[in-house]
Amino acid sequence: MKQTLFDKVWDSHVVRSIDQGPDVLFIDRHMVHEVTSPVAFLGLKNRSLPVLYPERTFATADHNTPTINQHLPVADPLSRNQLKALEQNANEHGISYWGLGHKKNGIVHVVGPEYGITQPGATIVCGDSHTSTHGAFGAIAFGIGTSEVEMVLASQCIMQPKPKKMRITINGSLNKGVTPKDVALFIISKLTTSGATGYFVEYAGEVFEQLSMEGRMTVCNLSIEMGARGGMIAPDEKTFNYIKGREFTPEGADWDKAMAYWKTLHTDEDAVFDKELNYDGAEIDPMITFGTNPGMGMSITKAIPNASEVEGGKATYEKSLEYMGYKEGEQMVGKPIDYVFIGSCTNGRIEDFRAFASIVKGHKRAENVTAWLVPGSHKVLNAIKEEGLLDVFEAAEFKLREPGCSACLAMNNDKIPAGKYAVSTSNRNFEGRQGPGARTLLASPLVAAAAAITGKITDPRTLI
Amino acid sequence: MAYDSFNILTSTAVPLPIENVDTDQIIPARFLKATERKGFGDNLFRDWRFNQDDTPKTDFVLNDATYSGKILVGGHNFGSGSSREHAAWAIYDFGFRCVVSSFFADIFRNNCLNIGVLPVQVSANFLAQIFEAVEKDPNTKLTVDLPNQKISLGAALGSESFEINSYKKENMLNGYDDIDYLNNIKAEIQTFAANTPL
Ligand code: SF4
Repeated sequence: MKQTLFDKVWDSHVVRSIDQGPDVLFIDRHMVHEVTSPVAFLGLKNRSLPVLYPERTFATADHNTPTINQHLPVADPLSRNQLKALEQNANEHGISYWGLGHKKNGIVHVVGPEYGITQPGATIVCGDSHTSTHGAFGAIAFGIGTSEVEMVLASQCIMQPKPKKMRITINGSLNKGVTPKDVALFIISKLTTSGATGYFVEYAGEVFEQLSMEGRMTVCNLSIEMGARGGMIAPDEKTFNYIKGREFTPEGADWDKAMAYWKTLHTDEDAVFDKELNYDGAEIDPMITFGTNPGMGMSITKAIPNASEVEGGKATYEKSLEYMGYKEGEQMVGKPIDYVFIGSCTNGRIEDFRAFASIVKGHKRAENVTAWLVPGSHKVLNAIKEEGLLDVFEAAEFKLREPGCSACLAMNNDKIPAGKYAVSTSNRNFEGRQGPGARTLLASPLVAAAAAITGKITDPRTLI
Repeated sequence: MAYDSFNILTSTAVPLPIENVDTDQIIPARFLKATERKGFGDNLFRDWRFNQDDTPKTDFVLNDATYSGKILVGGHNFGSGSSREHAAWAIYDFGFRCVVSSFFADIFRNNCLNIGVLPVQVSANFLAQIFEAVEKDPNTKLTVDLPNQKISLGAALGSESFEINSYKKENMLNGYDDIDYLNNIKAEIQTFAANTPL
């Protein structure tokens, strides 16, 4: 039978299928962090169950960690307690733990690929919806709830029905100033935040083939924002070159064996999807969001649509614009902003900081802008220093912080104040996501950089 | 941990006719710092329910004594966003046992099913009817009948059937959870794992 990439990976991990019920799916690798795991470990304890395969589980602290003075004890007692719980649970069950200050510490979806934990053809889960990031390597990766975290710890399996399949093909090439983030925001703006619910997406076509691995991670990361369970891209030479030689990557004969398998991981010609969408890379502009969900995005050059032009209820749309302090028909370019956040598992990798640097080099931070530059991991932080980007940032009066999720979800002190506008390279512009009352504008690192030096929303193409 | 079983629930409902209600609204991230599953109901819809000085926002439906009950009725695409099960816990802890909408986000739906909150997906039309009926008469009772997979607004106003796979239905009816099942097939999983290199 002709199979899609998704079929190949899913079907080979089914331990058993329940009639009129879910599949029992074997999970190769499980990542845990401090926020969604403590209740799962508690559940294990209450049932007196061990972690079945601790060697398949990896723990990192990221959601709740401070991004300055990480060498000091964590000030917030609740955060400290959660971090301690993760450390204790990891130690008790023999799980590798990359806590605060550890040289491999960073955002779970950034460190997974960095150390070769993320591999083609694997099933990967984590109690975080942006686990879809790892799909960039041709893995099936998705976010799960805490009950499921407990299931995976106890049995290395979850129970879910097989999702439907969607392929999004974009051919052609991207215009100057258009980044992987814009590609993803473009797709979400077309599909809305529920357009891919119930589906697992495969991204195909020249645009994705041309993207770097980091670019592919940005796209797959945002799959969840269109409602999809996850998104994946078939592995190719770029993928194999990226993973070769990393700490958890197989070596020698194991590598050859793995490669033989990985090379089969593509959608067969004539395989059938439940839904197919096609776009042209040339129609994509730098994007920005203007509302309170990631589907409310548009080309940076456009005006905010009228309620009558959008799908969904008028009341919800108006509530959203009111929260943002915007009106229908207004242009986004030229609007003042207050904060810029570069970071998160969407755009907190070295290429994102290079992109940011390419715009701010030779300029100065706008006086009205507070900027938080938060690398996704220690590895990214070190690369920023080694490549001389830190000098560029400092010359432009930007400060670099320490790794973590930071203002992506504002669980630590990195909160955007109420009513303030933040151009953010993260993934969610929900009400209060970056702090109570905060107003988030999702955009690429280039758009964020242009805003950071001009103090307002600016088309980065005017600065390239 | 097994959870409460669910059979037939008859209750008044709390209407929240807003679309794309995301889990950051259901429970904001800053309230996810607990290491036990306790007290999340206090912060359900925190920023819609309370002003920044912690005084209640009187126009929000959870602060309006007119509406109460064990059924929460939300707009299209309910529960989008983050995978935090805390959202489902908060809904449960507040006292809801069932959420009705015309469309649910995937992870949220799974999370509800895993803790014994029944997500009931109805047609957009029926959802509009529920909102209308409940807003007209807040004492309107809904009956959610899991064995017959039927949700009803009473004889005069009509009913609709809803879907749930038979495995999950069985679990909900009995309060079983997936870990019980997985534990029972451990040997099979171990054989599978032995053939699946890391
Ligand atoms: S950066 Fe944001 S989206 Fe990514 S793992 Fe952290 S909180 Fe989740």
